[in-house]
Formats: sequence, structure tokens, C-alpha cells
Amino acid sequence: MNPTDTGNPDYFHKVVDCQWACPAHTNVPEYIRLIAQGRYTDAYMLNRESNVFPGILGRTCDRPCEPACRRGRLDGKPVAICRLKRVAADLKDDITDLLPPIPVTKNGKRIALIGAGPASLTVANDLMPLGYAVTIFEKSPIPGGLMRTNIPSFRLPEKVLNGEIDSILNMGAEIRYDSPVESMGALLAQSFDAVFVGSGAPRGKDLELPGRADSDRIHIGIDWLGSVAFAHTDKIGERVLIIGVGNTAMDCCRSSRRLGGKDIKVMARRPRAYFKASPWELDDAEEEGVEIVINHAPKRFIIEDGKLTGMEFEQLEWDESASKSKVTGTVILPCDDVILAIGQDNAFPWIERDLGIEFDKWEMPAVNKVTFESSRAGVFFGGDAAWGPKNIIWAVEHGHQAAISIHNYCQSEATSTRPVFGKNLISQKMGMSEWSYHNDYNPAHRQKMQHVDLVKRFEELDIEVELGFSAEQTAREVQRCLNCDVQTDFTAVKCIECDACIDICPLSCLTIAPDAPEEVLRKRLSAPAIHPDQALYASLPLPQTGRLMLKDEDLCVHCGLCAERCPTAAWDMQKFELVIPYAGQPQNGLVAAV
Amino acid sequence: MPSIVKPAIAHPSLARNEIGLTVRDYEGAMSTLCAGCGHDSITAAIVRALFELSLPPHQIAKLSGIGCSSKTPTYFVNGAHGFNSAHGRMPPIATGASAANRALTYIGISGDGDSLSIGMGHLCHAMRRNLKMLYVIENNGVYGLTKGQFSASSDVGSKSKKGEANTMSPIDPVLLGLSIGATFVARAFSGDKEQLVPILKAALSHRGFALVDVISPCVTFNDHVGSTKSYKSTRERLMAATESDFVPHASEILADIAPVGVTNVMMHDGSVLRFTRLPKDYDVTDREKAFAYLKAHPNEVVTGVLFTDESVIDMHEANHTPDVPLVSLPYEVLCPGSAQLAELMEEFR
Repeated sequence: MNPTDTGNPDYFHKVVDCQWACPAHTNVPEYIRLIAQGRYTDAYMLNRESNVFPGILGRTCDRPCEPACRRGRLDGKPVAICRLKRVAADLKDDITDLLPPIPVTKNGKRIALIGAGPASLTVANDLMPLGYAVTIFEKSPIPGGLMRTNIPSFRLPEKVLNGEIDSILNMGAEIRYDSPVESMGALLAQSFDAVFVGSGAPRGKDLELPGRADSDRIHIGIDWLGSVAFAHTDKIGERVLIIGVGNTAMDCCRSSRRLGGKDIKVMARRPRAYFKASPWELDDAEEEGVEIVINHAPKRFIIEDGKLTGMEFEQLEWDESASKSKVTGTVILPCDDVILAIGQDNAFPWIERDLGIEFDKWEMPAVNKVTFESSRAGVFFGGDAAWGPKNIIWAVEHGHQAAISIHNYCQSEATSTRPVFGKNLISQKMGMSEWSYHNDYNPAHRQKMQHVDLVKRFEELDIEVELGFSAEQTAREVQRCLNCDVQTDFTAVKCIECDACIDICPLSCLTIAPDAPEEVLRKRLSAPAIHPDQALYASLPLPQTGRLMLKDEDLCVHCGLCAERCPTAAWDMQKFELVIPYAGQPQNGLVAAV
Repeated sequence: MPSIVKPAIAHPSLARNEIGLTVRDYEGAMSTLCAGCGHDSITAAIVRALFELSLPPHQIAKLSGIGCSSKTPTYFVNGAHGFNSAHGRMPPIATGASAANRALTYIGISGDGDSLSIGMGHLCHAMRRNLKMLYVIENNGVYGLTKGQFSASSDVGSKSKKGEANTMSPIDPVLLGLSIGATFVARAFSGDKEQLVPILKAALSHRGFALVDVISPCVTFNDHVGSTKSYKSTRERLMAATESDFVPHASEILADIAPVGVTNVMMHDGSVLRFTRLPKDYDVTDREKAFAYLKAHPNEVVTGVLFTDESVIDMHEANHTPDVPLVSLPYEVLCPGSAQLAELMEEFR
């Protein structure tokens, strides 16, 4: 097996599972340690660097980090990363002075951003400090995009949303409200130096079934949520059927519950294991008395005397993999309103097809996956507008990458020139058996989020349901983090093969074995390698016998006992910091390691 | 000493043995020995051997004298009985304990100072009695606990940390055991668990006294250039006289072992053991040849099970003690009373 190249930032980055899984590569373990030290503002600013909207994401993120968390593989429950992010956001001080300075003298380049959602705002956040003049075109009278219109205020309070958007707009971005872009051609004629399309996926999918056109009580989910957000809608019938079982469906059913809905059913075609909604959103909806009905496919709307009275469904029976179904019968469920939450599409009727911006047969723009550039130079796409609905954290990362491209483009650099990740590795050894981090494994269980009680929360539409972690919960939850960024760094030439590290490792991660191909070595480890996607570290040949030191990274709790029991300091615990390049920063983010 | 105790969390697919325990259940307290000490590796090997033999922790007694080595019983099998005796006096304590309760598995841990200097007389007599126990000498050739003086097993010419060479000839515990009549004699190296664990399992299953001399480098006082018991020097001079594997009792499998090369033999559990013939000049059941072999290889560290004789009766058999441990006998049976004593005394008049 070839010796592992730990010089490549990717190797240790992958060991920090949460950071690797996060589209924006937020430095999770570091901000959790800052929270543990009570340094909430620092934790917030560290978050803000990569994910820009910690307060918003601390409530609404899809949390790709949590299923990846190593803690989940050890005791079944990942660290409550998202909730801790909210702790930092809730308890931070004023950050105005910590934001990057905005040059008074601009660099002469004007950038147009279409839509004031997370993608465009991130581009503005990255480009304003570099001296760009940014103009945002927003069709609504207020900014935020789908973060405002699609996420109900009982999940994301307006104050939090406004605060984080304002911190970007206050950098001096010009924003034109009530200004939908109706012609890309006309916009391009205004001679902006670059245009970024961050207009989201604003068109909710419709369901063409008999009776669809005969009632005004059948709503498109995201449009309906938008009209609730703008207070155009303030009530709904007592019996509501929600079609679809994604996160939008969860927001629709819980909003219905607050607007007069009493008997609310979420209708799913497939079994529960195949739902798109995040499990915690399903739990929250069910806690509020929403019924989730599986294996029902909508067949027709029932209209009697011009009034919607119910909906007919086919009852399905699925095979084991839920790929084929057969109809076992039909059922009619009475209702007053139906909300369709079956997905959303991009729509670009305002982009003329003769501008050199190519679209594919599904009417989606051809966007470069790395540069986010369209087929017309100087026009970039990001967020849901690029490849359809994802989530906020992806939109943010798209924004960062597009900002790099826009900067390159405006500085006459090829957009394909991408800055690379750098890394810092710094020993955490403070003395004999002393480390600069809390290395003990804490067996605490994942803390449960407390909710506003079930009567009180329905009194107003905008009562935030989740109370946030208490100080005690925070103190316990931070200790569940395994500090995966404090890496076990091995120097083969120092090793005397005394076996001390192998004997002490609580998770049997380490093995010394003669060289062999990786698949053979994986079968010879001290404990079986149960997750083959996790890296196997192999050292250079050891000086005394030429065997290899092997480490299965999978279940390491980063306790540092290997380093403490190593007589020659061949093992050391070194904090890995991923240096993420952003627009305008040095191309090579490497900072000399100590 | 480490800043934290070893976290209780373990690998989810840790195997369980016949009595439902994992290898972690055979661990003890955190070691306070120097980081990298060979003794800690021996501890880990003992933990592994006891786990693989599925011995119930409460049926184990661990005993020791004084020295770095003698601290180690604390570091394995928390659930076992233990006795930390005076310097060199572990064998008589073990003898007494075994006399009273033959049902326990006795593990004595000693060092070159404890066994070859102050306690050598006791060691010799324990071997003579063929007391059924595993006796491990954690042999580092140095007095580590008193900062690095030469011990009775230091080789001639081996250098101290400050550069002086040792001039007195060493006592080799293996030769001592062979000459005095020990019935199981083995040598191993703490840095090679693949050999050490099977030797310990075989020793734990021996009928009588099993002497296992384990070269166990002292990282602090005897792991430098010029030392003959450093990790490097030991590795360079290792020579396995016998291949060791421990085969638990089961029905017989007959196989012809090829004169050269490896012969694979399928075992009862479907696993395959690979056999090679021993060196032509070696016979593990011949005491004189074993002695001669060691004498013929003075510069190598000869390892393996070097001699074993299962035919010799152990202390209990020699003394015709009952199969039931004496501690389990009713008091009236154990001590028949003064009338019986008087009767016995009468016989001697």
C-alpha cells in the first residue's frame, strides 16, 4: 500500500467528517470549542466566514454535517451541530466592527445580482470588500428570497433573518426592490461587468388532475407559504390535505395548523423510509398533531356544486424496494383545502434565448459545475437557479464559488483558474500529558431541543417553536464533539515499534503489519474495518522492521492516548485547519505551519 | 501517566469470547509505567491470552513482588484476585495460595531483579515443586525503578545509559529453568505479540510451572545504542527456535508435515493452520538438546516454547491433595479435631 500523503489537505479534511460533508466546509469542531469557551462572537464569526448566515442556518439548515458526524457512528446520535450554531448566533455580541472593511474607492467594476436570496447575498458579501459596486434586483418589496417566503416565521424569526441580511446590505450594496428582471437582454444592455443569476427555483409544481381548475381552494405550496409570509393569507379551512412529503410540505402543514387547520393530513405516495423531508421536521409536524398518511397516490379532486369537498386517492402497495406499486383500492378523504407541495422548478421566461445563454431540453441553463459560468461569458448562475432546488447551505457555497469566478472574470483571469485549499497543522501538546484541547471522551447523550408548549405556540403565527439550548444543554452538547480536527499525526522515522499506541487505543484503530495491498491490510486490522469509505492511513516503512503503521480513521475518538503513550513522540496530536480560499484572497491559501 | 483514563467506549464489532466477554473486560487500571515500556505490551498480550482462553476473571489470581514488572498486575483483569508481596517472595505466596485453592488460575509477574536476585531461591523451589502457574519474567536487564543499575540478567558488554559496560556474567532464566527441572520453558519478546500471545496461552494451559522469560525493553534506562536489551538490538538478534501456536483441546487431526516448506491443515473451526518443520537440530521435548541449542547460539535471542514436559506431576498431585480445593472443604473435614491429632501423634511415638 502506498504511504498516505497527509500533506494533501484533503486527507485530514476528510477525517473531519462534518466539515467534509458541509458544502461550505464550515470548521465545525473549532466553533464548537469556541462555544465551549463562551466565545460566542468568535464562534459566530468563524461560522460566518464559510456559511455567511449562521443564525438562519442554525435554525433551518438541512444539516448534511450531522449524518456524517463520527459521533453518530459511535453512539448512534451525531453532535447537535446545527443547534450549537444557533447558540453562537443567539449569544453573539455586536459584530459590526468585525466585518471586513469596505473600500471607499471602488474598483470600477459593476456587478448585477438577480434575486436577493442566499446565493446573491453571498456573492455580494464576498465582492463588496474587494471594491466592487453591486446592484441587486429583487422582485419583492423585501430581501431574503425563499428564506423569507418559504420558511415560516415560527421556524425562522424575522429578526434573525433581517439581521443577517442587513449585515450584507449595510456593506453598501444597492438593492432595487419591486424590480423583477423582465428581460435579460435589457439588463445586459446596462453594461454591467458581470451578471449573477440567483433567482432561485420559484415555480411550484402543479398537479394536473380532474377538478384542478374548478376550485380556488387548491394551492401551490411555495406560493401559499409566500402569501402567508406577506400576510396576504391569514386563514385556511379546518380540513387540509397536503400533497407531498418534503420539507415544504412540513412547512405547509405546520403553517395550516396555525391558520385554523384542525384535521391536517400529509399525503405520501411512498413508505416513510423514502420521504424527502428531514426526520426532525417530520417529528416536529407530528408533535403538532399533523397526520402523515403513507402509500396514497392522488387521483382526482372532488368538486360538488363548484366547491372542493374532498380528494380521491389510490391506495398503493409497494414492493420491498418501493420501486413498483400496485393499486389495492381507492379512498375519498374530505377536505376544505388542498396544498400541493410536490416540488419546484426553475423558470426563466425572462431570459431571451438569443443572448448566447444556452438552455437544455428541460429549459435549464447550461452552467459549468466548477465556475458557475453560463455559456455566455460574464453571466453566472448559482443557488437553486443553477441546477434546481437544493438548500440554503448549497446556495451559499455556490455564491462563494461564483464570486471567485466573477472576480477572476473582472480581473481578466480565466474563470477556470481556481484557488486551492491550504492547511495548517499545529501541535496541541502543552507539556507532559497536557493538551490544548479537552481530550476526554464524554459519554453524554445528545441533548433534546425544548419546544414552546403545544397550546402557546399556536397563539401567534410567528412564535418561534424551538427555544434553543439552555446553558446546561449547551455545556453538555459541546463535550460530545470528538475534536476530529485534532489529528493523529505520525512520523514513521521516530517509531520504535513498542506497541504502546496499539495497546492503549480504546477503539482499536491502530495496527502494525507488513506491507500489503490496501484490501488485504483492511482485513488484518486490530478491529474490523466496518466503513470502507473511511480512510486507512498507512505510514512509511518503520525503521526497525519495515512494517507499516496503519490507522483506520473510522472510529477514532481523538483522545490522544496514542500520543501520550508514545515514548518518542512519533504520534502527535495536531490541530488541522483547512484554509479555504475566497474571492480575492491569495491563490494559494497555504500558511506556514509551526 | 496519561491525562485521562482509557475511554470506556469500544469498537462496536469487538468479538465476544465463550463466556460473553470482550477483550476490554480483561483490562485493568491505567498503567503508570513509562510510555513505551515493554511491560505494557506484555500486559496487553496477557489480556489478549486470557480473553482468548475465555477464563472467568474471578477465577484468576495475579501475584507479584517488587519492581516495575510487579506493578503490572494492576493493569490487567480488574475483576481478578491480586496479591502484591514483598520483594522476591511472590513464589511462596503463590504456593500457599495454590495449596489452599487449586481451582484458581495463578499468574505471577516478576522481573529480572525480583526473580534472579533477591527472589531467585524462591523461584527455583517453585519450579522444583512444579507449582501449577504461569510465571512471567519481564526481563529488561536493568533496575528501572532505581534508575538504571545493571541487573543479574545484564549481558557482559552491554552498556549502561552513561556508557559503562557490564562485566559480570548474566543469569539466563531459561538455562536456569532447564537445569533445575522446569517443565515448561519459553522465551519471547514484548514487541512480538504474534508469538507471545500463543506462548502465554500454552503456558496457562500447562500442567505445572510454566516459566516465560519475556525480553521487555526499558525505554527509559536500557533502550540506547550499546544496550543488548533495547528494542533495536533484540529485534536484530531474534531467532525463533520454534513456531508457536496454541491449539485448544479437541479431537485429533493427523497430518504429514512436509520436510520443507509450509503444510496447511484445516482445523475444527474451519480455520487453517500452517505448519513448518522445526529446525532439524531442535526438539522441544529434549531438555539436553534444548540446553545445547541455547549454548550454541549465545549471540542470538532464541525465542519460542523451548522445552515442555507434560508428564511431570504438579505439586498437588505429588502431595495427593483432594481434587476439591481445600478452601471448599467443610471445616470438620479440613481439620478433623484434636482427637484425630492425638491419634496421629501416637503413631509417631
